[in-house]
Amino acid sequence: MKTYKMVKSAFPDFIELIKTKGKLFGPVKQKSKYSFEEISDVKDLDFDYQRTVLGVKKFLTPPKYKTLTFNKEGTKDIIDEPETNIVIGVHPCDIHAVKILDRLFLGNIKDPYYASRRENLTIIGHSCLPDDKCLCQSTGTDMVEDGFDLFLTELDDYYLVWVGSDKGLALTIAASDLLSEDISDETIREYVRWQQKRSSMFKTVMPSFKYMADIITLNYDSEIWEQFGEKCLSCGTCSLVCPTCNCFNVDDKILMNAEEGFRERMLDSCTLPYYSMVAGDHDFRPDRTTRLKLYYTHKLKEYIGRWGQPGCVGCGRCVTYCPVDINVLTVSEALFGEVCETKEVCE
Amino acid sequence: MIDGKESKIENTYKSHPVEIIGIKNLTSDTRYFKVRCMTDEVKDQFIYKPGQFVLFSIPGLGEAPFSISSPPTRRDFIEFGIRKVGTFTEALFKLKEGDTFEMRGPYGNGFDMKSLQGRDLIIIAGGLGAVPLRSALLYAEDRREEFNQVFFLNGARSPDDMLFRDDFTAMAARGILDTSLSVDEDPTGEWPYEVGFVTALIPKLVEKINSEKTTALICGPPVMYKFVIQELLKLNVPKDQILMTLERRMKCGQGHCGHCAIGARYTCLDGPIFTYYDVQHIKELI
Repeated sequence: MKTYKMVKSAFPDFIELIKTKGKLFGPVKQKSKYSFEEISDVKDLDFDYQRTVLGVKKFLTPPKYKTLTFNKEGTKDIIDEPETNIVIGVHPCDIHAVKILDRLFLGNIKDPYYASRRENLTIIGHSCLPDDKCLCQSTGTDMVEDGFDLFLTELDDYYLVWVGSDKGLALTIAASDLLSEDISDETIREYVRWQQKRSSMFKTVMPSFKYMADIITLNYDSEIWEQFGEKCLSCGTCSLVCPTCNCFNVDDKILMNAEEGFRERMLDSCTLPYYSMVAGDHDFRPDRTTRLKLYYTHKLKEYIGRWGQPGCVGCGRCVTYCPVDINVLTVSEALFGEVCETKEVCE
Repeated sequence: MIDGKESKIENTYKSHPVEIIGIKNLTSDTRYFKVRCMTDEVKDQFIYKPGQFVLFSIPGLGEAPFSISSPPTRRDFIEFGIRKVGTFTEALFKLKEGDTFEMRGPYGNGFDMKSLQGRDLIIIAGGLGAVPLRSALLYAEDRREEFNQVFFLNGARSPDDMLFRDDFTAMAARGILDTSLSVDEDPTGEWPYEVGFVTALIPKLVEKINSEKTTALICGPPVMYKFVIQELLKLNVPKDQILMTLERRMKCGQGHCGHCAIGARYTCLDGPIFTYYDVQHIKELI
């Protein structure tokens, strides 16, 4: 991987250059929350943030989009040639989330809607400092080596610019006037000091996360699931904000003229009622407990069996947004606590 | 595109038109549909295994999965047995011969009939379970020489509730497969075959089969599995040779929409055929 330096004063020019390559999105503060929005001026960008409401899935598997239109003449598939989008300011956890989505949607069977959006998305990562809801150190997703096109590590006076793909390399060639290859010993020392500072800032740890899959297996029949099920509102917020939650529903809509309509794909959540209902109204998961259990066992255990890695990247969105405090942290702690109590393995 | 690379992305959701070439009522709420692919190209590419399914598409109503009921040994048509249970099937029941709709697939693992060559087969259907198993049954009839003994045990609530009754009585008459057709109740008193639960027919096979070389193919209502499995285990049929086909909600058929997840498996990719061994190791399967 090639690495460059870019002095901060060159950053506005870098943004102007990037904007000529596609539609640029980046973190923008909106009241108290952040979201990836289209950037017209470099001043709109605010990199001093922990998490946007939605991750990069906003661009790859949007909350709602049309896949087919139909009228009396017939049907027409819509696989857009999407615009070339560039998203800047993506944190390591969210890049890991994209890698997880890639594994699902670009495996043996490629999802055409995801594939076309993914191909047309350039990801420029940005370094971050954690708050008390960031769990990425525990989930092992605080560092990222690939999955991005460029990654910017912000040090005092300059950025380190890491190249992660051919697309990224092409950008650095275009921006060669703004970049230098002068990586000195002092640069390396400064980088290491910054990483040490960042590592020491993580306040919330989940020491049990490494073996959470086993703990979930051991606790499969635990009453804890029912306690969480009692509290759960089945609102689906956890799935909406989770950067790796990708389940979708498909629905046909007919326009008021009753002559044309469209097929629409929208984000779904396994915590919502009727998620597992089949024809004849047989519901395989009729209660909140079994649905919540599906959410957490699938994310924290079954993903490992299928793709070698859990489906949680420690972004802290569920910790921030669940209205009743059911999140990766509280569920992991409760399950771990259960093992501690019943098996007397902890102090 | 930044790097100027062009790509051609295949639309894996592309449906193909099929024409209905036959319709008949199977029971009061279940109907047989026979369709044909409208181009030779689609027909030639539509290669399936018994136990696989397709997704029908009706614009305005959406898509829904249906098991294929015809055997892959017969190439000019595809058959289905469909129960009217909701808005989608209601619309389907309004279609007539000559009408067209769209379909994509096949999906799912299906029964690997080649791997069953030389084995004794016990094919056990309950109610609507006869739909996917009919594909395996007709396959076994068409390629009878590939298998050792083949037993077909079919259960229905009553003679009127029995799906493919004409087909199956003809099958019993042909005698190519050792066929037992049972009904739970026979209010008419005129049912010429067995009366009682289909599970009661299983112990009768104890002297006939070679357990180690036997594979059971089961499909029926969820409640049936438990009892059928108990009886098959008494016959010492190996746990990984008890194959059952399961139903789950599905929106994509490609392992992406998430609805059919059971443990780390997706019913649309890793199923709908699972073994009893899987059931013992995957929570929530049955």
